[in-house]
Amino acid sequence: MIDRPSGSVIIRRTASLLVSLVQLFALYVLFFGQYGPGGGFVAGVMIAASLVFGLLVFGEDSATSQRATRLLAADGVGLLLFVAVGGLCLIGGGEFLNYSEAPIPGLDSAARRYLGILMTQIGVAMDVAVAAVSIVFSLSRSVATEETDA
Amino acid sequence: MTYSFELPLLALLILTAGGAIIVKELISAVLILGAYSFFLALVWAWLGAADVAFVEAVVGAGLATVFFLLTLSQTSPEDTRIRRPPPPIIAVIALPLLGLLLLYAANDLPAFADPGAPASVHVSPHYIENSLADTRTPNVVTSVLMDYRVLDTLIETVVVFTSGIACWLLLRRDAE
Repeated sequence: MIDRPSGSVIIRRTASLLVSLVQLFALYVLFFGQYGPGGGFVAGVMIAASLVFGLLVFGEDSATSQRATRLLAADGVGLLLFVAVGGLCLIGGGEFLNYSEAPIPGLDSAARRYLGILMTQIGVAMDVAVAAVSIVFSLSRSVATEETDA
Repeated sequence: MTYSFELPLLALLILTAGGAIIVKELISAVLILGAYSFFLALVWAWLGAADVAFVEAVVGAGLATVFFLLTLSQTSPEDTRIRRPPPPIIAVIALPLLGLLLLYAANDLPAFADPGAPASVHVSPHYIENSLADTRTPNVVTSVLMDYRVLDTLIETVVVFTSGIACWLLLRRDAE
């Protein structure tokens, strides 16, 4: 399904507008998650959805879709970021993921926890985005190779 | 209390859920399920659970539908037609009884938005009162997910990571 671009000019034109708009909104949801609805998980899924939309419309060989392919190299980085924040709290002398003990000078406890929440949310967003895009790739590529085998 | 918004939503939910079961083609069932998720997101939004509505709309109506469609696009049409044998007689009798039992049990649930409900008096007041002072995060849902209960979220992230790896290992074959 993702091996060839869509033929309709309406779909391609709409997609080229929507993909970047959805990514912008995903960033808004990620960084505004502490004030409004949303957060890391939704932002990650939205980034993945915009990349998958680009894959479905432009095909996997297009320049737009190369971003999705490159994203796969970041598999596990989000989870590492999450755990690294927890480890930082251990270094600061607190419990695992107790942000208020993170050794960041010049911040009070509440600001440290605010920063900790933000960093872990970025980690969750990266993890979810990579996982969703990689599932789409594994779902669609297995058949492409089967067809060449036949 | 009027139900001008709830009743049409409930009707649409039941209609789409029933339609997804009744239709003959799997691809129609997938699209109807996407519509069902969207109506469910409206229900969450109506109940005030904006974060849950967000996830339901993006995951249920968006990404899950794409996963289903990608899977269906790789199966042949005769595999995606559904053959439905008539349900066994015991299921026809037992399932409505089970539904009645659940409705009877639902009488004992606390009323919606009841401040004295057990879920609202245990740890929720502490989170709601201290979230802003503790974490400078006005959205209590975020501060519970990412700070007070962050270990749960960490394990959920591990689960998502593992699912991505598992799909890759199970489904992907090398192009070479």
